[in-house]
Amino acid sequence: MSIHQKSKSLAARGSELSETFIQLEVLNSKDLMDEGFPLFANKVAEAGFSPLCATGIEIFQINIGKLCNQTCSHCHVDAGPDRKEEQMSKTHLEKCLEIIAANPEIHTVDITGGAPEMNASFRWFVEEVSRLGRKVIDRCNLTIIVANKKYHDLPAFFAKHKVNVVSSLPYFSKVRTDAQRGDGVFEDSIKALQMLNEAGYGQEGTGLELDLVYNPSGAFLPGSQRSLEEQFKQQLLKRYGIVFNKLFCITNLPISRFLEYLLESNNYEAYMQTLVEAYNPATISGLMCRNTLSVSWDGYLYDCDFNQMLDLKVKPRNSRHLDDFDLSSLRNREIVLNQHCYGCTAGAGSSCGGTLAE
Amino acid sequence: MEKEHYFSKDELKRFGDIREFQKTLGDKFFNWYGEVMKDGALSAREKALIALAVAHAIQCPYCIDAYSSGCLQHGADEEQMMEAVHVAAAIRAGTSLVYGVQMMDHVKKLTM
Repeated sequence: MSIHQKSKSLAARGSELSETFIQLEVLNSKDLMDEGFPLFANKVAEAGFSPLCATGIEIFQINIGKLCNQTCSHCHVDAGPDRKEEQMSKTHLEKCLEIIAANPEIHTVDITGGAPEMNASFRWFVEEVSRLGRKVIDRCNLTIIVANKKYHDLPAFFAKHKVNVVSSLPYFSKVRTDAQRGDGVFEDSIKALQMLNEAGYGQEGTGLELDLVYNPSGAFLPGSQRSLEEQFKQQLLKRYGIVFNKLFCITNLPISRFLEYLLESNNYEAYMQTLVEAYNPATISGLMCRNTLSVSWDGYLYDCDFNQMLDLKVKPRNSRHLDDFDLSSLRNREIVLNQHCYGCTAGAGSSCGGTLAE
Repeated sequence: MEKEHYFSKDELKRFGDIREFQKTLGDKFFNWYGEVMKDGALSAREKALIALAVAHAIQCPYCIDAYSSGCLQHGADEEQMMEAVHVAAAIRAGTSLVYGVQMMDHVKKLTM
């Protein structure tokens, strides 16, 4: 079934929110600060992290392009089929490989997008990283596997290189999933999950890890990761015979298309209030920005994928691009904070690997 | 400033302020409330669904607001939430209807 897109990207629609400075202006608007949304940096300092610094670079997360076969309404990357230009070149991927090879403390290479599999050099890159013996994560939207015949063999390819497949599935029902990701997405996602299961993914004893990502389909926080994982496992097995390993709960951060949704649905202030009220200092020490480095399609370096989308580059001015990569400057760098960071410290916390303090 | 209506969304945010006039009892209530709603023999999701049903039975706008969000947060879906509301409605309707037995007894007593 073909996917009926919810809309075009902010960039293709010429929305002013496609400008990162407009998003930052919304996040830092004086009205909201007066209403009592304290500066996130101050909250972190109160918790004893003054400043908040990285503890090393263990995960090298590469956003290899904004091209995607879906236009999900919550996408913080503003990805979509219309983002054809923003694709990481093979030259930059080669540079990434060089850095990964030279730095053994990088144990995991986390590939995201867009739909990363749509980058022409994706398979070559996975093979090369796999050859280096590092763990590869592919953040797969699932539907790409069934989108075109040329992607049907992805489960076998992933299995060959023992790629940890991390897939988005906002809910185990069609209504909730399609509302967020486009009509037809649920049906295609189920087919793709069944294909991954057939290739051994999520099955005991294969060592092939299939993890799902749950993020709320609206202006509310995720609940208990353990309890949601239990529900997802029961329901997906009962309804579709699908098995998987772990469920990661990720909070939607108020940026890009999710910010647009919050503003248009008049939920922005209440959502920010919810994030601020749910601030949990116990999540800070495990924040993903502390052991991750995020690389954009054009080679710039960021503390996380969210900072990347707000164009908040890493602090060290001498090492803000792959071409100037300097581990000693980056390893314990000061993290760049802003108001959207409340999304990662709300409740049990949120990261690309799920909750932080449950 | 004097309000012109009884219910205001802001009042829900200020629920904790009831401690201002009686802190000891207020603290005890909120601690107990927090414990009640945690995972136990019933999951937090099941408890949120019960709370949503009760909110409709007692027609409390604050509770409907809070537990619509709470149910979503704990992973309940729209169908489950509406079924919970139907349970509340069915019990309320049944409560009225069961008095029909009293009415029938009276009628039977008074009529030939």
